Amino acid sequence: MSKILVIAEHDGQTLNPSTAKTVACAADINGATIDVVVFAESAAEVAAQAAKLDSVDRVVTIENPANAKALAAVIAPQAVALAANYSHVFGPSSTFGKDLMPRIAALLGVNQISDIMSVVSSHSFQRPIYAGNVVLTVEAPADHPVVATVRTASYRSVDSNNSASIEAAVCDAVIPTHTRYVELKAGSSDRPDLQTAAKVISGGRALASSENFELIYALADKMGAGVGASRAAVDAGYVPNEMQVGQTGKIIAPDLYVAIGISGAIQHLTGIKDAGTIVAINKDAEAPIFEVADIGLVGDLFSVVPELTNSLE
Amino acid sequence: MDKILVGLKRVVDYNVRVRVKSDGSGVETDGVKMSINPFDEIALEEALRIKERGDANEVIVVSIGSSDAQQQLRTGLAMGADRAILVEADVDTDAISRARALLEIVNRENPGLVILGKQAIDDDNSQTGQMLAALWGRPQATFASAVELNGDTARVIREVDVGLETIDIDLPAVITCDLRLNEPRYVKLPDIMKAKKKPLDQIPMAELNIAASPQLTATSYEPPEQRQKGVMVDDVAGLIAALKDKGLL
Repeated sequence: MSKILVIAEHDGQTLNPSTAKTVACAADINGATIDVVVFAESAAEVAAQAAKLDSVDRVVTIENPANAKALAAVIAPQAVALAANYSHVFGPSSTFGKDLMPRIAALLGVNQISDIMSVVSSHSFQRPIYAGNVVLTVEAPADHPVVATVRTASYRSVDSNNSASIEAAVCDAVIPTHTRYVELKAGSSDRPDLQTAAKVISGGRALASSENFELIYALADKMGAGVGASRAAVDAGYVPNEMQVGQTGKIIAPDLYVAIGISGAIQHLTGIKDAGTIVAINKDAEAPIFEVADIGLVGDLFSVVPELTNSLE
Repeated sequence: MDKILVGLKRVVDYNVRVRVKSDGSGVETDGVKMSINPFDEIALEEALRIKERGDANEVIVVSIGSSDAQQQLRTGLAMGADRAILVEADVDTDAISRARALLEIVNRENPGLVILGKQAIDDDNSQTGQMLAALWGRPQATFASAVELNGDTARVIREVDVGLETIDIDLPAVITCDLRLNEPRYVKLPDIMKAKKKPLDQIPMAELNIAASPQLTATSYEPPEQRQKGVMVDDVAGLIAALKDKGLL
């Protein structure tokens, strides 16, 4: 039977929604027991949130001042010490999980399965490769721990109606001091978080300047949407890096995605293919974005977007 | 520092639309344009800039793969790397074996820094750098968007989901590059000629005595589900009506 350890992503106070999605993936494995581990300086607040997640059997807390910030080199040896009791170790395929999980896998001497998009069986999973152009099914050996990241855009968060037990644990791993946190500059935005927003409005190179991106922000604020961008718009310096959607940026699955002035390179499309409804507004009727759009409008964004914004209450 | 080691992976070019073989046994790579993984080019560019600033003496590019990867190593040499190492492997190597092979090269060369791309655009794994750092017992700074060397340490700004995180790491260490760390230089024709004379060592993978690892088995390759083509609307009023129809407004 599968015993799955899910590594919680959090900022010290709040459990990241990526954890509830990782649990959802783990719960797709038949008959699995699921433990969530919280590495923190003081874990109570985050552990309480994790304990509410449906399908979770137990929350384990490892408190240590060294765990105040999520550094892969610090967490990995502790996770490895815990992993001995588990058949699977899962983390989200966020920058947190992508940084940490391969380090755990290597210390356990196994390969990692990156970006699980669906569970075939306890040791067989589907994942995207080549920017989502190919879906690969991989089988992991049954006699070794399965270490994996979960493509969060492929899963809906489990509900929070549970009250799993919370247990403090200690772990005697040697924690390195060679990696030290300095600071985090978070993008300052009052808008919904790009990765969890139900609606996302994205702008592309056609916006032509960061000033013109105000058109996108105005529409997003009217709709209560998060804001993203194509790689071209980020490369051109119109918006900060963390707004990039696509193969090398964020993979998202909002209910509504509106692509404005985005041609739709395959690397961008891989970031949005799980969106509920895709709307494309582009003046080029031949733009590849229209191949995947549920609703397409050929037109000049500089007239269409203000008109749309003004038409909404 | 004396040396910087840079990994270059030979991958299907960024612009190629990859297709699954008709029998589902893999991905069509016959006659397809191959290139250096774009993130690895950024890694090499960073190493070259560090050397040009006088903070390193030698840049070594290493690739693990078939003898065809010599092309990508030659391109790396033309960009400005001093020498190249090809770890020759007949079959596709898995991530942990690649990390172990790199560790063997690290142990031979003792670089002050190993710089890799944050992911390869073929398998999209994003594993090798972290695995090498783990096996080496050294720091990792993944998804780097700025690197500043300060003697025995480096300060790295990392692109994380919420913004930019800064960490300090002791050297030696592994850094993996994000997109906007730098813009790689173009190779000039005279440099291509010069690169032909630079040393390129070939080491059979078997010679590195790498422990066998539990393999992931690829059981099928399939094209992704295609989204259905939707409807076109004529104007903003039509768009709003369509969105209301779907309950999205």
